[in-house]
Amino acid sequence: MEKLKKLFRPFSVVPLAGWLLGVFCAAMMEYYLGDLISYYLYLPKIPVLFGTLVMLKDPFLIPSVFGYDLIVYVVPVFLVARLSAPLANRLAALLESMPLWLATLLHLAAFYGILHMWAGINDYRVLVVKLTMISIILTLSLNVINGYQGEFSCSHPGFMALGAYASSTLTLLLFANDKMFGEPLLNPALGPWLFPLVLIIGGLVAALGSLIVAIPSFRTRGDYLAIISLAFLFMVKSAIENMEIIGGPRGMSSQPNYASLTVVFVWMSLCIWIVHNFTTSVLGKALNAVRDNEPAANSMTVNTRKTKMTAFMFGAFWAGVAGGLFAHVLRYVNPSTFGLNKLAEILAMVYFGGLNSIYGSIVGAVSISMLSEALRPLELFKWIIIPLILILVMIFRPHGLISFTEINVKELMRPRNKERSGGVE
Amino acid sequence: MAPLLNIRNMTHFFGGLRAVSDFNLTIEPGEIRGLIGPNGAGKTTVFNLITGVYTPTEGIVELEGENIKGVETHRIADMGLGRTFQNLALWRHMNVLDHIRLAHYSQLSYGLFGAFFGTPKCRRQEKAVIENSHKLLELFDIDKFATQNIGNLPYGAQRRVEMARAMATKPKILFLDEPTAGMTPDELIRMIEIIRQVHRDFGVAIFMIEHRMKFVMDLCERIQTLVFGEVIAEGPPEEIQNNPEVIEAYLGKEDLH
Repeated sequence: MEKLKKLFRPFSVVPLAGWLLGVFCAAMMEYYLGDLISYYLYLPKIPVLFGTLVMLKDPFLIPSVFGYDLIVYVVPVFLVARLSAPLANRLAALLESMPLWLATLLHLAAFYGILHMWAGINDYRVLVVKLTMISIILTLSLNVINGYQGEFSCSHPGFMALGAYASSTLTLLLFANDKMFGEPLLNPALGPWLFPLVLIIGGLVAALGSLIVAIPSFRTRGDYLAIISLAFLFMVKSAIENMEIIGGPRGMSSQPNYASLTVVFVWMSLCIWIVHNFTTSVLGKALNAVRDNEPAANSMTVNTRKTKMTAFMFGAFWAGVAGGLFAHVLRYVNPSTFGLNKLAEILAMVYFGGLNSIYGSIVGAVSISMLSEALRPLELFKWIIIPLILILVMIFRPHGLISFTEINVKELMRPRNKERSGGVE
Repeated sequence: MAPLLNIRNMTHFFGGLRAVSDFNLTIEPGEIRGLIGPNGAGKTTVFNLITGVYTPTEGIVELEGENIKGVETHRIADMGLGRTFQNLALWRHMNVLDHIRLAHYSQLSYGLFGAFFGTPKCRRQEKAVIENSHKLLELFDIDKFATQNIGNLPYGAQRRVEMARAMATKPKILFLDEPTAGMTPDELIRMIEIIRQVHRDFGVAIFMIEHRMKFVMDLCERIQTLVFGEVIAEGPPEEIQNNPEVIEAYLGKEDLH
């Protein structure tokens, strides 16, 4: 551990901008030289997800995969990040003098550019990245209910299904020519522009549905509410299965392709921003107070009923938006997607990443989605390995990897060359 | 003008059990009143009845002439009734500053939309709340703990956080439920000073439950003694101290043999 720390010391002067630069160079390298490098390392093509799939399929290629990852990702990232540190620090100082929102937007734009380039190498990556970003929205929204508010809600896939079906119905009805609803009612060219509105409507439908769980939460907590919310999940599922007009158990397909990488990224950023604003405000802190001691919250003028309702409706809204995006990424939904498996997946992300933390949700969503993609060739064994990791996390960090930490954008982006109070080391 | 707090014939049943019967109390602005009684006498129940945790079965409860019987707890708190709890009711995953911030809940008007998008109005109000919170923290001498998690604080400091939190709701009357429970003698003296200071600086009326006679005698102008849900004596401290019925309730009947 000590040695590892020593190894990373030279990199403590690299600001976020420097890391972005490093990752940018790595992505550039893969874009231009990826084919060449993989050819010389006897790899069939550019490994899609850091070579994990190839590795599990053909163990003889393990050294080549490691070599590829080292040459294309590790070395360029660290080398460029370290070498560009003086320059990047100057850049970070310049960004710091700008208004916070502008600096954040510039970082986000840079990050998106890199992501776009990296994912652009093949379609599979694009799909994985999109689904991962949707998972981040889902995890964050469940964290609001289970982490910040401290209930144990199992109805998230239900909220997601409401959002997915509401938005799919709208887009199919209004903008697409399909076998279910026939001719589009509006000009399909309007579709992409009205898509945000469609997603918001999907979210609102989910929020409205969440009242069925939110109102019992005034009286019950813990296990009882968990069972009520589980019941809600099955209610939604069987309701959809029995509605022939929206396809019943066969589901809905051929949604228009509106959820591009950019759209999903923008919604994810928006979600993180709004959840952050909300949870750091006094109204959001009220959620924590209700979780930790409800009578005390009541006596301190907090309207606990309104707070509980807000948490549920807010969480459900974002689950609905995520559901809408999910439906338009896969362009096919059926009720069995939103069952217990989905629930287990989202809960795992929340509890793995960490309760009451935006960082935690992002880490949890990204690592569990990436793991489950990377271990895909193992098929059934995947569901032995992932729960095992989850159990280990629960033993050593009962609240998840990064819990009870608020995101601090200013701290994240600051230059690292000068010593500051509370800085690294 | 109506008294600050007016309670007439407040009675409460838990099932068939008469927990509090015919409780009367009038508190004028700026008064300090005490409520004593042996364990299980129903003192905390009286607090819970007035603050709206339970609704009294019978009787009148009025704050500044307005009925508060059957009103939700958070509304009553907003109307000017602040309280602390017998066994510290703090929020264990929150830091000290957030405790005080949150007690400003009802004083904010930016609404959910403001909270989601961080509107200028929201930022302005949040800033004012943080400034006010720091002022309160300084007043109670816990400013140095501001960013600490509440669990890391010594017991006495936690008590002071609870007090500062109650004061952040801008109460007109403050209910203290055993403010010195589990305190060392040093902390006790500190607490007397703090209560005096709160009384002087904020001009609030105080109604407290307390077991330590010295503490009650020092602070209160009038004391009520509650035994089995009934008030058996009421008056200034000296009178209560020498009241045979009170002595009997605490120490038992004198053995004449």
